[in-house]
Amino acid sequence: MGAVLAALLVGAIMLGALGANPVKGYQTMIGAAFGDIDGIANTAVKSIPLLLVGVGICIAFRTGVINIGGEGQMVMGALLSTIAALYLPDLPSYLFIPVVLILGFLGGAVWGAIPGALKAYFNVSEILSTIMLNIVAVQIMNFMLRGPLIDPGEIERGTRIPQTARLPEATDLPMLLEGARMHAGVLIALLVAFGAYVLLWRTSLGFRLRSVGLSRDAAHYAGIPVRRSIITALAFSGAMAGLAGAILVFGSESHRMVTDGSSTGFTGSAGFNGIVVALFAGLHPLWSIPSAFLFGGMLVGANSLQRALQVPSALVIALNGLIVVFVVSSENIRRRLHRGRELESTEAEQPMTETRAGHSKTENTGHG
Amino acid sequence: MDDLFTSTILIATVASGIRLATPFLLASLGEALGQRSGVLNLGVDGVMLLGAFGAYYAVLKTGNLWFGICMGLFVGGLIGLFYAFITVNLCAQQGVSGIGIYLFGLGMSDLLFQKLVGTPRPILPFAPIRIPFLADIPVIGEMFFDHSLIVYIAFLLVPIGTVVINRTTFGMNVRAIGENPEAADSLGVSIAKVRYTTLIIGNSLAGLAGAALAIELGIFQQNLTNAMGFIAIALVYFGAWRPLGVMTGSLVFGMVAALVLLCKSLGIIPLSASDLAAMAPAIITILALVFVANRFRQPTALTKPYVRGE
Repeated sequence: MGAVLAALLVGAIMLGALGANPVKGYQTMIGAAFGDIDGIANTAVKSIPLLLVGVGICIAFRTGVINIGGEGQMVMGALLSTIAALYLPDLPSYLFIPVVLILGFLGGAVWGAIPGALKAYFNVSEILSTIMLNIVAVQIMNFMLRGPLIDPGEIERGTRIPQTARLPEATDLPMLLEGARMHAGVLIALLVAFGAYVLLWRTSLGFRLRSVGLSRDAAHYAGIPVRRSIITALAFSGAMAGLAGAILVFGSESHRMVTDGSSTGFTGSAGFNGIVVALFAGLHPLWSIPSAFLFGGMLVGANSLQRALQVPSALVIALNGLIVVFVVSSENIRRRLHRGRELESTEAEQPMTETRAGHSKTENTGHG
Repeated sequence: MDDLFTSTILIATVASGIRLATPFLLASLGEALGQRSGVLNLGVDGVMLLGAFGAYYAVLKTGNLWFGICMGLFVGGLIGLFYAFITVNLCAQQGVSGIGIYLFGLGMSDLLFQKLVGTPRPILPFAPIRIPFLADIPVIGEMFFDHSLIVYIAFLLVPIGTVVINRTTFGMNVRAIGENPEAADSLGVSIAKVRYTTLIIGNSLAGLAGAALAIELGIFQQNLTNAMGFIAIALVYFGAWRPLGVMTGSLVFGMVAALVLLCKSLGIIPLSASDLAAMAPAIITILALVFVANRFRQPTALTKPYVRGE
């Protein structure tokens, strides 16, 4: 919790430095994000990609691999599902939506499995290969949306905005509430978070993944296929991001895929912010739900901050960065403070990435 | 006539390749120094963005390019100090905290830009300096000796870096700490002091890389670097942690970028295909990682915080 307070404090100082009243700033943010049904609906929708990417990060980090490729995996998932939506023959909604979402899932899975295989068989650092694949994915997106997938209308008008035509209406995600913009992606994300929890703590696959995360050598001696586990973890992690990308497209207001030339323009940095969400949740899929809701709220609040107090919404990205730094740093301070009590502590699990933070007691409720 | 045309274009392309390689070179030299001492910094892109904004703003306000350069170095150094505190004193996990630094830089540079500048206004870039005699050599002179000062500085840092890392006591200490911190510690080398030094210098160089970029383009905008800092990290692996290797990698990236620009402007390839060409460096890097990963060993202590007695 110290890390949160520190980040809030820095946020207050930054608000003050920007000439806004910090109390009023936070009030504005909270009011806009959680104040009424519209705000909550907005927050829920904003938190979908954060939750999905965050859940994927939980799986990867728990297996001891670091996935920084969320951005690229989101893009690839979105692209594959968009292509399917454009070119598949018209299907009824109850078939079409699952098909395109599964393709998004698969697109991300492939983009995650590649660095997994490179890590497992060629010993290439997954940190670097995922970063490189982000760059490749963005260029593929730019190429596709400026070339083969561009809206024919854009060429006719000569405007050539790099975006697809409006996707078939059968792929629009259904709305959950009358009058508020909250679509079914919220339910899907929640289901996936539960699914990831079950996967990690209630299946033998999850047990293998976590074993590899705790100690690759010990897992190897226990007969667990380490290489395959690494690939599986990164594939799942990428698949979550890919699904997030697909939901971003089919839940968007314009029902198209658009690029501004960068990945951030499409994802809103969710591929990176998902890491923040997961770290904040102590790498636990279920804790990621409130964590994602909180950070989604920060995004919604930041927009209102811009409107009400003329504070640029980029403030929130900077704050997210600080939260990562604080959470990761405080993890070691906490451990050092607790070193004396280590023997009686129940902290049996400590993945190799050593990135866990907060909620350490809740961790052990899931031992099967 | 046709020959003259192509040779002019060739010279211009090589020269622009060298210019485009400069920010990569500065940033990856800085990153290599940090990694040699055992600290991975994934936040290079964020540091570059902050350095770029710092330099842009300083030049916009004072009109003095030197002030911009100093600002880039200073901002980078400041973050280096902060990052050293996190990784050396607090022993934070390096991969993820670097992403924190990246997000901070991405958001903060945009925030400051919108608040302090608002609408983009261009600044005047450096005038090229012709090196006497050398610049008068036909072809080669125009390619290599007619650049702005920052380009010369960046490429001079390659031999300087090689000598410092291989021939000086400081360089020996850096390498010792990157390979075997316990041994270095037992010989009385202060690990904290050396890592603080490498991180401050390294991040200053990343800030300078951002400054070079902003001054070269004469502009700042949100996400100006567009993941250049991440490529710089990959170049360190590409160049096997050696200044000369890093320079080779930077030049490959710079030349590919220059060629893509050339093809675009000549209309040889359609606009959309240039996106595909732009991913070539990333794919080359992945292939290089596949082949380099096992041939060259990374510093043994890389990403491992040092705690005495553990």
